[in-house]
Amino acid sequence: MTTIDTKKKPEGSGSAGAAPLLEVDNLHVEFRTREGVAKAINGVSYDVSAGETLAVLGESGSGKSVTAQTIMGILDMPPGHITGGEIRFHGKDMLKMSKEERRKIRGQKISMIFQDALSALNPVYSVGFQLAEMFTVHRGMSRKNAKLKAIELMDQVRIPAAKDRVDDYPHQFSGGMRQRIMIAMALALDPELIIADEPTTALDVTVQAQVMDLLAELQRERNMGLILITHDLGVVADVADKIAVMYAGRIVEQAPVRELYRQPTHPYTKGLLESIPRLDHKGRELYAIKGLPPNLMRIPSGCAFNPRCPYAQDICRSDVPPLHRISAGRGSACHFWETVMEGEVRG
Amino acid sequence: MPDMNKQQREQLPTASDEQPQFGSIENPGLMLADEEGTTLEKRGAYAAPEVQGPQSKPRGAWGEAWRELRHNPSFYVSGVLLLFLIFMAFFPGVFTDIDPRHCPILDTNKDPSGDHWFGTNVQGCDVYARTVFGARASIIVGVATTALIVVIGGLIGALSGYFGGWLDTILARVTDIFFGIPLLLAALVFMSSFKDRTVWTVVAALGIFGWMQIARIMRGSVITVKKSDYVVAARALGAGTGRILGRHVLPNAIAPVIVVATISLGTFIATEATLSFLGIGLPPTEISWGADISSATTALRDSPYQLIFPSIFLSVTVFSFILLGDAVRDALDPKLR
Amino acid sequence: MGRYVVRRLLQMIPVFIGTTFLIYYMVYQLGGDPISAMFGDKGADPVFVRLKREEFHLNDPLIVQYWYYITDLLQGNFGTSFNGRPVAEELKRAFPVSIRLAMIAFAIEVVIGVGLGLLSGLRRGKLADTMVLAGTLVVISIPVFVLGTVAQFWLGSEWGIFEATASVGDPTWSQLVLPGLVLGSLSLAFVARLTRTSVAENMRADYVRTATAKGLPRRRVVTRHLLRNSLIPVVTFLGADLGALMAGAIVTEGIFNVDGVGRLIYLAVTKHESSTVVGAVAALVMIYLVMNLIVDLLYAVLDPRIRYA
Repeated sequence: MTTIDTKKKPEGSGSAGAAPLLEVDNLHVEFRTREGVAKAINGVSYDVSAGETLAVLGESGSGKSVTAQTIMGILDMPPGHITGGEIRFHGKDMLKMSKEERRKIRGQKISMIFQDALSALNPVYSVGFQLAEMFTVHRGMSRKNAKLKAIELMDQVRIPAAKDRVDDYPHQFSGGMRQRIMIAMALALDPELIIADEPTTALDVTVQAQVMDLLAELQRERNMGLILITHDLGVVADVADKIAVMYAGRIVEQAPVRELYRQPTHPYTKGLLESIPRLDHKGRELYAIKGLPPNLMRIPSGCAFNPRCPYAQDICRSDVPPLHRISAGRGSACHFWETVMEGEVRG
Repeated sequence: MPDMNKQQREQLPTASDEQPQFGSIENPGLMLADEEGTTLEKRGAYAAPEVQGPQSKPRGAWGEAWRELRHNPSFYVSGVLLLFLIFMAFFPGVFTDIDPRHCPILDTNKDPSGDHWFGTNVQGCDVYARTVFGARASIIVGVATTALIVVIGGLIGALSGYFGGWLDTILARVTDIFFGIPLLLAALVFMSSFKDRTVWTVVAALGIFGWMQIARIMRGSVITVKKSDYVVAARALGAGTGRILGRHVLPNAIAPVIVVATISLGTFIATEATLSFLGIGLPPTEISWGADISSATTALRDSPYQLIFPSIFLSVTVFSFILLGDAVRDALDPKLR
Repeated sequence: MGRYVVRRLLQMIPVFIGTTFLIYYMVYQLGGDPISAMFGDKGADPVFVRLKREEFHLNDPLIVQYWYYITDLLQGNFGTSFNGRPVAEELKRAFPVSIRLAMIAFAIEVVIGVGLGLLSGLRRGKLADTMVLAGTLVVISIPVFVLGTVAQFWLGSEWGIFEATASVGDPTWSQLVLPGLVLGSLSLAFVARLTRTSVAENMRADYVRTATAKGLPRRRVVTRHLLRNSLIPVVTFLGADLGALMAGAIVTEGIFNVDGVGRLIYLAVTKHESSTVVGAVAALVMIYLVMNLIVDLLYAVLDPRIRYA
């Protein structure tokens, strides 16, 4: 699971053609706290189409989860403030919609899977109640029918003996089963887009693969868009179509998944790839990116990555690099992307 | 199917044998919880970007607490009020030349005037002078009782926490027994058994029935510290019981005790006043806000001032201690909230 | 569950015995002879004193006296007061009044306390929140007897908004509104603060985020998810408080002339009616212990994660 496997993903589930389902356009978000202003997102743009999987990669604090929360409309405001940009769903800017319009999108059109299902599920209600709630509230179903739907959903995410377990409480399930319930809840109303925020991070390694495969399979079946937020490069390789790498609230590299693994064009991506342990390089010292992620209240001037970057020159300390377009669907926010691209990936 | 893992189970709350730490008038402390100063770093996994550590130098817990306190306006408000009240308790002569026990019968129930700033009471005594002199009994009872509960509760809590076993079981039951009687009720019965009451009878009554919360906190702290690695290490190195208690356990247990003690101080002052109001607290020879408020009730229609002024002083005193306790808690340990 | 209840009931026994013994000791031993205490400085008829001493087993060692007392108590015999009235009858008359008063106080503290707490927790840092925090702190700081006296005089007698005193024996509900408000005020402040903290804490909980992400209307997120979970600690406080309210009514019942247990105890204490004091306090302790047990059991109903072993 931790080694990179760039094997081919079946084509046809694909990204080609149609207008994007969701477009994030130059989004800016900051948190205003007693200690100061933390600039969490500084001009993020990405898009996802139906049937497509976008992986958003980054360390904690890179802004990947905040972007997701902003899309969902569940950002804590305050302290969060959206200071610029648009989030278009089917071409319509959600940030300009009324609260009620947005609420109707949540859960029905766009749904979310959280990292830690134990805390994301309400501990005092049975999982059946929490699943059925989607149908009683959004579809006006009777409790009885909604419960039948809940059992059906639990079957679909392959929870054994769903009928007997529908009245159990979240704490009575194992971690993997709980995450399946989260997935079932996200799928309940056939949404067009799912945002999965570190869906497997809290799980045992053996269970991670099962849950990820289930998610990928259901996505393919239903031709949904999927935004997969993760810090785990191994998870990404198998399921994603394209990747956006985030650092200090910006996208530093964007590329189709195979191209990124083969030929990173940003020193940060390169560093990440090199720091993955590989079986065929056993015995060699592991590479680690030096330094720490930046303090979001004091982001370095110029390129935020410059204090940690082996390629850094004077220009990196003064000018913020734009996202250079390299080819269709490929970009790198590095002044020296060409140099980086030429170097081979060690590790 | 695997059951929920063990670690998660241990984190869940379990029903304990202990009675709730609140529920009666004697311990409002723990209930004064609020959430001021909650910042990003305390939030759950799903809140905000992790803001990297502050640039300041590392400090000790006490230094940190002091820094926190100095930024809290409640600390200054309560601190100034309390310094003023304590000064008044010890040097009432600075505030007034009038003898609070000089009560000319012709001067009863007067409204405030240049001669009598707060008016006079039913007996004709000067309400301002009595209010000033009344601070002493309240402050003495509050401080002495608090000292007493810290000693009793601290000792019982430390013993049961440190030694555990049957001693702990017995002391836990004893604590339950004392928790079973509300403070005011117990103090009332206790006081009624004495014909000659003094300030110290009140202190004894409140102290004997007011130590339980301190004992519980102390016990909990001691158990936590006892299990910690450095105490285990100290014991492995041959440190004796007394040394471990004195050097390692006590300094760590002291913070929550200070918080509860401060807030309890306010409660004891209020309870003493209540006992005196009921006529079963301080002896009539002492000047007490509670007793003065009680006698004022008979003349409310003629002159409400004799009720209002001692009431305000009493309430402000209680308020100051509770506010100070709140501020100290916020500073010492955010987890206590 | 059954085993847990049995264990808890067994644990209650030593606490009940200990508490009643403590009270018994204070009343019959600590202050010297209770019979002569009755007569104050006047001195009593020695024959009468001897008879009474025998009747109350006062010549036996304390522990034997207590044994007689507790065995009688457990058979429902609370003894007679010195003037010959059965204590049980006095309690039977006083308890319904105190229960009624406690219920009013309880209703006020639940409705207003939880309401204010929710308002304040949902609007943390806003004006409403600051006002609730400051207001509850003021209420906590003013001793009940001051609050009661002031409320009775102004709200009752002067402005006539409420009835100022209760009639002897069997007060009406409307006469108990103001005493109930005064009695419940302190707990109301605690409930409001506890609810506020709990709501504010749960508002950041992941499952509340999930509920929002599910597209549930805000009203449903607040009532079904946020409030339901936030009330768990509040309910446990309220349960324990119901027992404390009855014992805490000494001052309030005294001020408003409500003929309940609190006033009964106060009068008995001042008149050195020893059997009445011990009997009434024993009954209160029993209520307190039972309420605590109920609260613990209620906790399991409210939070399915808790299982009693």
